[in-house]
Amino acid sequence: MTLNIFVQHFVNALSLGSLYGLISIGYTMVYGILRLINFAHGDIFMLGAYFVFFATIVYKLNWILGVIIAIAATTICGLLVDRIAYRPLRQAPRISALISAIGVSFFIENFAVVVFTGMPRPVVQPKILMKPIILPNKVRLIPLGILVPVVAFILVAALLWLLYKTKPGLAMRAISFDIETTRMLGVDVNKIIALAFGLGSALAAVAGILWALRYPRVEPFMGMTPGIKAFIAAVFGGIGSIPGAMIGGIILGFVEIMSVAFFPNLSGYKDAFAFFLLIVILLFKPTGILGSKIEDKI
Amino acid sequence: MRKIFAAVLLIAMLCSCAYADDGVIKIGVFNCLTGQNALGGQLELEGTQLAHKLMPEISGKKVELIIVDNKSDKVEAANAVTRLIENDKVCAIIGTFGSSLAMAGGEVAEKAKIPVVGTSCTNPLVTLGKKYYFRVCFIDPYQGAGAATYALRKLNFKRAATLIDVASDYSVGLGTFFKTAFEKMGGEIVAELKYNSGDQDFTAQLTELITKNPDIVFLPAYFAEGAIVLKQANELGAEFKFIGADAMDNPEIVTLGGDSVEGFMHTTFAYDPSMKDMNPTAKQFTEEWRKVHPDKDPNALAAVGYDAYVMLKDAIERAGSAEPEKIRDALEQTKDLPTVTGITTINVTHDAEKDMGIVEIRDGKKVFIGTVIPEN
Repeated sequence: MTLNIFVQHFVNALSLGSLYGLISIGYTMVYGILRLINFAHGDIFMLGAYFVFFATIVYKLNWILGVIIAIAATTICGLLVDRIAYRPLRQAPRISALISAIGVSFFIENFAVVVFTGMPRPVVQPKILMKPIILPNKVRLIPLGILVPVVAFILVAALLWLLYKTKPGLAMRAISFDIETTRMLGVDVNKIIALAFGLGSALAAVAGILWALRYPRVEPFMGMTPGIKAFIAAVFGGIGSIPGAMIGGIILGFVEIMSVAFFPNLSGYKDAFAFFLLIVILLFKPTGILGSKIEDKI
Repeated sequence: MRKIFAAVLLIAMLCSCAYADDGVIKIGVFNCLTGQNALGGQLELEGTQLAHKLMPEISGKKVELIIVDNKSDKVEAANAVTRLIENDKVCAIIGTFGSSLAMAGGEVAEKAKIPVVGTSCTNPLVTLGKKYYFRVCFIDPYQGAGAATYALRKLNFKRAATLIDVASDYSVGLGTFFKTAFEKMGGEIVAELKYNSGDQDFTAQLTELITKNPDIVFLPAYFAEGAIVLKQANELGAEFKFIGADAMDNPEIVTLGGDSVEGFMHTTFAYDPSMKDMNPTAKQFTEEWRKVHPDKDPNALAAVGYDAYVMLKDAIERAGSAEPEKIRDALEQTKDLPTVTGITTINVTHDAEKDMGIVEIRDGKKVFIGTVIPEN
């Protein structure tokens, strides 16, 4: 493999990996706080993509306005999901909330089929993001490919700042430690959890929008595969850890792209490579790359 | 007494089941006239009806078409065939659009030993192991051979690659046929890349393809994925051409892929009203269609609906009888039959071997660019 081809693969992998990372942050945030695997996350992501599609293509708003509306609408959906499907189950066994999450996921997917129809719809990409930049050695880069990792890293930084430097962030970390004690200390726990869900959904919306731009079509089941991949990325990185989710996503992107690059004859098995790596990592480090050991509370 | 009564009843039933030759040949049509496949089924039915209108008699006997809707539903398809056989006592059946419906109906016909001529059901499983199911269309994988022949013989491309969805029978089958045919004709397969249904990122496979520098890449994908592949290939600056099959035959491919689908080719049935050098059967079909439906163009689905009737008529004439068993035997012997969609020969697996059409997307529109006789 020549150097320029390798660089091309590297660029592709970074762009795919940051998208996975961006989705997995939402998983990891909710898990970190509630110990709930929000299986509906991939579908919230799909809603984000649809909202931006409707705002910019059907209603012909400009892109910036469209993106803001899409993020806002998706956030509202995320909050509704929390209010309707998770909050009443706060005191129930954790498995009930998990089943509720799976139910919500199916509900959103099938609701989308009814409302949006199952037909994939094209997303028109803004020309400015698609004009290829040709680097030396014929490596091609599209501005969107750079935008994705940049947005992802900015959002990770912002999130870390929120978690470690602000009062709501402190409350979130406290809830993840012990909900009851945090409640007793006068924190409105439901509000803080709703904030976490809102943030997670907003991130899913950003990922959905970038995904729809990168792979320009929307359909009701588009969230399924990326959702599962992002979940893997979150476990890879150590579920509950935000930088871990980002790193996990990028590693997953690299494994997928590089397995095809180095073993083109086995390109049908790229998912098998990714899952194999997951098993290996978990065997040696059960808490993931950046995960901390979870001690059971007595 | 009861036993005798039951025996009499049974004999009576058996007699009524036997085909009564009263001067009318009853042919059943089961197709999807409502439901999700209604658009395709309706067109095929109109083709069959047109053929019946032009050729209302077979060997001097009047033909009666009995039409039943299978509602695009597998259970209804089986019911429809049961009804045709038990109530209407048809001697042969035509149908249907949609391979899963054909399979459901085929089971019933197989048990009752009534021959069926399939219209556009292209899945290999429809006729697999069936004694009584035939079809007037080619099977899916055969299109791989068609694409290979066109790429090598007409476009003179010697280096080809394939990009296959390993999770889809359709894609794998076509890919295998393409490879075998292309190599047999002396071409070289320089790369065989794969992906999984549901994948949305193909950049790794495409980058790999670019390094292998093929002339053409065979892409037997569904349109939704195929359009994204073409789009990403364009972004990565791929210079080779792509050729696909009928699963890419959807107008949505242009809306999804935009400029990137320009120059994309795919195989299809060998009929299009815009085609040059039409065969005489196709010419007649086109003219007659326009008389009956002045407001809409004929298309390939209507053509196979028409051809199914032509094939059945030919078999009944050669059989010299309307007995289901004899029709079946004659159908098996169908050879070099002129139909709208090319010269049809039925092979050992009961599938048609015939010409194939090639379509290219130019200025966002499908243009019929020619036909090819697949070598395999």
